[in-house]
Amino acid sequence: MSTGNPDDQFYREYILDHYKNPRNFGRLEHPDISHEEDNPLCGDVIGMDFRIKDGVIEDVRFHGRGCAISQASASLLTERIKGLPLEQAKQIAKADVLGELGIDISPARIKCALLSLKVLKVGAYGLADDEED
Amino acid sequence: MAARTFDVAAIRKDFPILETGIAYLDSANTSQRPRQVTGAMLEYFEKFNSNIHRAAYRIAEEATIRYEATREKVRSLINARSTKEIIYTRGTTEAINLVAYSWGRKNLQRGDLIVLTILDHHSNIVPWQILAAERGAKIEFVDIDDKGELRQDQYADLLKRGPKLVAFNVVSNALGTINPARAMVAAAKRAGATVLVDGAQSTPHQPVDVQELGCDFYAFSGHKMLGPTGAGILYGRRELLEAMDPFMSGGDMIKTVRVDGTTYHDLPWKFEAGTQAIAEVIGLGAAVDYLNGLGMDAVRAHELEITEYAYEALSEVEGLTVYGPPPSRRAGVISFALAGIHPHDLATIADRDQVCLRAGHHCAMPLMTRLGVPATARASFYIYTQKDEVDRLVGSIKEAQRIFA
Repeated sequence: MSTGNPDDQFYREYILDHYKNPRNFGRLEHPDISHEEDNPLCGDVIGMDFRIKDGVIEDVRFHGRGCAISQASASLLTERIKGLPLEQAKQIAKADVLGELGIDISPARIKCALLSLKVLKVGAYGLADDEED
Repeated sequence: MAARTFDVAAIRKDFPILETGIAYLDSANTSQRPRQVTGAMLEYFEKFNSNIHRAAYRIAEEATIRYEATREKVRSLINARSTKEIIYTRGTTEAINLVAYSWGRKNLQRGDLIVLTILDHHSNIVPWQILAAERGAKIEFVDIDDKGELRQDQYADLLKRGPKLVAFNVVSNALGTINPARAMVAAAKRAGATVLVDGAQSTPHQPVDVQELGCDFYAFSGHKMLGPTGAGILYGRRELLEAMDPFMSGGDMIKTVRVDGTTYHDLPWKFEAGTQAIAEVIGLGAAVDYLNGLGMDAVRAHELEITEYAYEALSEVEGLTVYGPPPSRRAGVISFALAGIHPHDLATIADRDQVCLRAGHHCAMPLMTRLGVPATARASFYIYTQKDEVDRLVGSIKEAQRIFA
């Protein structure tokens, strides 16, 4: 449509790339930790399998279905934490995830963007669901 | 009557929000409200704001008269026998909860069967699930065929099992399917069931006659039919309502309260405890007046025209799947999916074009599961919808396809 369409800003090339070609997508055999969360509002589901060795996230895979924001966010997060010591991964905050997406997210879509972080936190750290907020 | 004088341009002038440039395609969620409705509410606040049924001064009498006047307007709209059968609630959800609580707890026994349908909204599922769990009753769902229409053969089979209660909607909020409500009520009555009909998506869009329909209870919301949020209706057959205990209790629903006991107020006030949503009920009355001014047959005719146009336009889009029956058997609701594009992404892109589109499960998760989708995009229409708004939606869809190509 018009030039400088905000959609092009929102759905940046690398977000669309992560959506269409997700990194670390699939399942791990015999994961040390496996956890899944959904967003009942929109039916999005993301699950993650982790292989942990000597306190380091040796491997991670994610699966699920959902919108471009939730899937790209999960793909970016797996890239970020693969090979990272758990202690360091624990420091990842909501702002880091949103910052990495690099776009303005409306309140209605924040849950999409943060679904994968919720999976990471609740699954890998055993935090209770309500502690995550 | 005013069959061919339906003037959308004139109607739109009554809805200031439409001047902001939005294409509002989410009326099945909640409708917009015309100046006549907000004006009636404002008049109450500014000229006779006071509590009803209590005070002896003039403005309180005025408030009471206007509040009660809505009851007659609603009675006439749905052709109930008496205003005693018109109970104000917050909306469809509260109306169904009232029946589940007051009628259900008194009449449902262990092992009784409740028949619902896979097209039902959560508000017509969850109250029955809670009741069934409490009473040890059983719930069965009527399935749909591949056109999104209820399987009447299966319904007939379930009725043979002698259900105590049958509850279903006239129109599916998620697919727009118009169910053969009259025939379904008649069959359920022959089987000896009590019947609740969810009219949330039908009352705003087509003529309703509860006597002709023959149901025991009929529930709907004001906010989907030009009224404000917070005011809805439960219609119940008088004999049933008389025999039921109150739902909420407290002030205004009593005749006398003594320390050793209480006698309840007559119908309909027995079910209206506490200070009511006075302004909202007055607003609902103005909404009914507005719809009567148009004529419900004309409302349906306009929506059918828009729905046929939209159905055709959307069906021509490559990679787009429309769920549900053809326009002649559906209300002004079109649910669809786009290959490779999640409904939420489409809704976000449409929003940038000021097109208000619903994306999600539409409070019908059992139906989404049945269809095998997590969510759909949904466009829904009303009296103010124009074809160029449908065109804008198609434009947003093509833009989304360009971005995601």
